[in-house]
Order: sequence, then C-alpha cells, then structure tokens
Amino acid sequence: MTAASLTETEVPLKRQLRRAERARQVKALALVLPLLVFLLFTFAGPIAGMLWRAVDDREVRQVLPQTIAVLADWDGKDLPNEKAYAALASDIMAARGAGSIAIAAKRLNYALNGFRTILTSTARNLKAAPEPGTAKETLGKINPAWRERATWATIKDAGGPITGFYLLAALDLTRNADGAIVAAPKDQAIYREVFARTFLISLGVTALCLILGFPVAYLLATLPPVRSNLLMIFVLLPFWTSLLVRTCAWIVLLQSKGIVNDSLHWLGIIDEPLRLIYNRFGVCVAMTHVLLPFMILPLYSSMKAISPAYMRAAASLGAPPLTAFLRIYLPQTLPGIGAGSLLVFILALGYYITPALVGGAADQMISYFIALYTTETANWGLASALGAVLLLATVLLALVYGKLVQGQQVTGGMKN
Amino acid sequence: MSDNSSLRTPSQRIAWTATIVVSTLVFIFLIAPILAIMPLSFSSGSYLTYPLPGLSLRWYDDFITSPRWMHSLKNSMIIGVASTALSMVLGTLAALGLAQWKSRFKPLVLAFVLSPVVVPGVITAVGLYFFFAPIGLTGSYLGLILAHTALATPFVVITVGATLQSFDTNLSRAAASLGASPIYAFRRVILPLILPGLASGALFAFATSFDEVVIVLFMAGPEQRTLPREMFSGIRENISPTITAAAVILTTVSVILLATLEGLRRRNERLKGGG
Repeated sequence: MTAASLTETEVPLKRQLRRAERARQVKALALVLPLLVFLLFTFAGPIAGMLWRAVDDREVRQVLPQTIAVLADWDGKDLPNEKAYAALASDIMAARGAGSIAIAAKRLNYALNGFRTILTSTARNLKAAPEPGTAKETLGKINPAWRERATWATIKDAGGPITGFYLLAALDLTRNADGAIVAAPKDQAIYREVFARTFLISLGVTALCLILGFPVAYLLATLPPVRSNLLMIFVLLPFWTSLLVRTCAWIVLLQSKGIVNDSLHWLGIIDEPLRLIYNRFGVCVAMTHVLLPFMILPLYSSMKAISPAYMRAAASLGAPPLTAFLRIYLPQTLPGIGAGSLLVFILALGYYITPALVGGAADQMISYFIALYTTETANWGLASALGAVLLLATVLLALVYGKLVQGQQVTGGMKN
Repeated sequence: MSDNSSLRTPSQRIAWTATIVVSTLVFIFLIAPILAIMPLSFSSGSYLTYPLPGLSLRWYDDFITSPRWMHSLKNSMIIGVASTALSMVLGTLAALGLAQWKSRFKPLVLAFVLSPVVVPGVITAVGLYFFFAPIGLTGSYLGLILAHTALATPFVVITVGATLQSFDTNLSRAAASLGASPIYAFRRVILPLILPGLASGALFAFATSFDEVVIVLFMAGPEQRTLPREMFSGIRENISPTITAAAVILTTVSVILLATLEGLRRRNERLKGGG
C-alpha cells in the first residue's frame, strides 16, 4: 500500500493497530521478564560478583586503616616518615584486640612472601604503643623488614579499595616497589603455563574430534535415513550418558590392570602394562570421547544440507572425485567444521571434572586452579581473576560462534 | 537413493570403504567404554577385570542397601524434579514471550538467556558459591535447585521455542474467532500441539540437573550429595564395583530419557507428515 492511497479515516486505524501491537509487545516482554529476573539472581549476579572479587581489595584497608590513610601521601621514594610508623603501630594494636591481624597478613603474604611472619611477629612483640617519636625505631627493632622500602610499598599497593594485583598475578605479572609492572617471581609464575596447557589440550582434543568426527558425519549424512538414524544412536547414547559414567568407564578401561592393558598383554604386544591413565594421554582420550558428539552433530547437519547434485555436476564436468571433494564438497562443510570446532574448543576450555579424575598433576587445566583457590586455599581474589580470564576467552569465542551460526542461518534462508 | 550408484571408480570405492572402516572404529570408540563397564557390575568378584570370576547381583545389593548411595539417588531425584518443574515454568513463559517479541534487543536477550550453557561450569559454580554463601543458600536443597534451574532453563527455551516456531498461529486465531477464551484456546488448541516440545524440554532439563556435578561439588553439604557427586568421590578414592552398578543405573536412566525423546520426535514427525 502506498502512502498516497491512505485516506484520513485509515490513519486512526493504523494508530489503533500500532497501539494493539505495542500492548502485545509489552505482554511478550512480561512473559520473558520472570526468567530474566531469575537469571539475574542465579547467574548474572553471581558472575558479576565473581568479577568484582577479582579487583576488590579492602582487607588491608579494613585492618590497617590509619596506615593506609598516612601512606596515601607517601611518595614511595624513601622510607615513610615517623607518622606512618606510629599509625601502623596503633593499627596493629587495634587489630590484635579485634583478632583481625590474620586477614591482613594473608592478603599481604600473597604480594610479598613472608609478610605473614613479619606482621604476626610484630603483633606478638609489640607490647604497648611506642612512645611518641620512637615508633620507627621500635618497629625496626622488632622486625628489620620495617626498615625496607619494599615492605611499605607492599602495604600501600594492597591499600585498595580496588586492585589490579590479582588480574596481574593471573597473567604472571606483578608490580615492583616502584609501581612498574614486571614479571612475577619464578615460583609464582605458573599461570601462563597453565593457560597455555589448557589451550593446547583444548586444541588437541578439538583436532582429534574433527579427525574422528568428519568421516562419521559424512557417513551419517550420505547413508539413507533408515540406516543413518540407526547409527545415530551410537552418537546420541554417549551424548546422553552421564559424564561421570563415561569418565569412570575410561578409568576402568585404561588403568594398569584394565581391559586395554590386559588385552595387549594377552596378545603379546606388551610385557609391562602401559601407563594410559592419570596422564595427558588419558585426559585427551576421555575428553575426546565426551566431546565428539558435539563435533559430529553440527558437521552432520551442515553436510546434510549439501545437495548431492553439486557433486554430480562436478563429476559430469569432468572433475576427478578427489578434486570434486576438495573443491566442491569440503568448502561447503567449512561452516559446519567451524561451528563444531569452536563448540568443542569452548567446552574443552572450561573442563574440570574429566582432567581432575583422569589427569595427573601436570595435566590440570585452568578450571582446576579456580576450584582449588576457591575451596582449598580460599584465595578468592586469585580464583576470581583466573575465572575472569577464562570467562573473557569463552565469551570472545562464543561471540565468534554466534556470528558463524547466524551467518549459516542467513545463507540457509537465502538458499530456500 | 542408493549410495553405491554414484561410486563408479575404484578410488571412490576405496574412499567409501575407508569411510566405513574409520566410522566403525569411531562407533566402537564411542560405545565400547560404556558397554565394557556394564558386565563388571554383575561380577561376583571385587576386581574390575575380565574374565569375571562369576555372576552375582551383590554390587546392586550393596547399592540398594547402602544409605549413602540411596540417599544420593533420592537427592538427585528431588533436585532434578524440582529444577525441571521450575525451569519448565520459567522457560515456557520466556519462549512464549520471545516468540512474539519483536525488538532489536532480542538477539541480546536470547544470548543472555542461553549463556548459562556456554559459561564454564566452574565459573558459574564459583560465582554461585560466593553469592549464595552469605545468604545461607550453600549446603541447602533450595540453592542447588535454583542453580540447576539456571543451567536447565536454556534447554527448555530452545526446545519449546523450536516447537513454537513451527506452530501455526492461525490456529489460535481460529479458536478465538470461534469464541474460545484465551485460556480455553491455550488449553485445548495450543497446549496439545506444543506438548511434545514441552516434554522434550522437560527431559533435557531433567538430564541437565541429573548429570550436573560441578555446582554440586561447590555448593552441596554432606546432606545434599547427589548421585554424580557420590560417584565423583567414589572414583577419586577407589573404584569399587558398586560404582559400576551406579553407572549402570545412571546409564539406564539416560537410555530411558533418550528413548522417550526419540519417541516424541518420531510422533512429531508423523503428525507433521500426516498434516
């Protein structure tokens, strides 16, 4: 309908329709709202809280408030003045009374190994508030560490209320006494290696899934539906079987007296049992088993959409089968390969249960450390910072995945 | 169409044979581990090795008489059913709303609703652990039910949403034009048509909760341990044949869920074919 054909009486109708449509939209939104509110409380809120904990740094500020206030004016070039020492002594006396020394000691110890001892020994030996003007001397006598600039720089850096300390630590970085970002000490710098390991295992598992999944998806997409539906059970049954059951099955199969080793021994291939589990091999095998269906299903649906006419056309135009496959068939499966690989990779990045059960100490992925720092050592700042890095990687990859799948839907719609 | 008709050259036949051989090996890789542990649960010995010294049901007896295992099975059922019910209500309402809602923010909202599936379990678990501990929801059934509902609802939104997409809205208009009230039309026209979709959504939701272990690891107290959680400690400590009995029970539940889902899918296709 063109604008010219609209008469004046039709305009109110149009407005009425628009109003009705708006009411419908409000009603639709009202139906979605309960879930949005629910997810805010059970999902988005908790994750936002975790991200906040990665930068939250108020422990030291709560325990040593006067010290932090005085140190705000300290330029960090030389030792702080007598006022800072007096404030620290007074803070320590108060914190000892409140029993909160350990809270600050724990946080400061993350930044400077041995700080726990410095603070607790000072709290123990500081019998009374030092005479005015003697705080510097008294504290220095109790623990010579108070005569070092680095000790004070650590307190100032941990003064909060927010910090980049945990996020830097998650990337094996730290701030030195001058506030410059430098590489973390060797004994603490383990996370880049863990991230690299997580990345490598995920990449390896993705590659294995693609190599194993491609022929299966091709077979399922080529066979007549009666047979492919039957074979699909082989893919869907493991998909629906509990992760714990599958992990347990691999342990039973691969352990030193397990079925695989026994069979190999019986066949005379090996004399000594092979070490197949609690190492990288076991992790890769079990994870590939768990994630393979996530590769096969998207590959299958992308191959199913390829018309056999293309291959026939290529053949009739004289293309050898291999050329036709490489030039005609394979390019059309690329979106499926991309979607399946990204999906498997994203899921693999966050894996925790399988490596925890079938991996050795050197095969633990980033999720293991996040769990460890949350429940075992209660270093929640570092757990959250590592979680933030993992979440960032996952979200970025998921965005790429979303674009890819969306693109497929668009082209799929155009073909129809 | 026969697939062999297009295989004219020997090299094509070799390639096809290779595909079949590799696929068969992959199928064995996928299925064999699950099948291999099943007979072990019927062993009369206490070692997880073949050949079996004899057959017995002692490990099932052990499972059924163990208060620890039975309690965990009960917990899995309670948490699974409750979070399925809750996610069905929230997910179905949201799917109905999303089907009608037109906005440029819709992809964003949809991405948010589906994000619990993509975010690694450990991150969700750690976030919930920090968030629920101060308000007393860790070590409680309610906390686990809420957390599992958040994980399960995306599957309900997807399955019910897919059903609604194929739903002909003219049918509800026809019902309205014949004088049916919206509630009557929903009950007699819309509901029967989307019921298979709802059932699939419920199965997915239940399976998600029934299989979940990371959140349970972080949040459950000794009272709320579920079957997968109990298996996790069992595998960590030492694998007794009782675990294989538990595995068989879990797998049986999966097979029943899968078979029901497949039945629903076939029924749906038949209905579509008939229409």
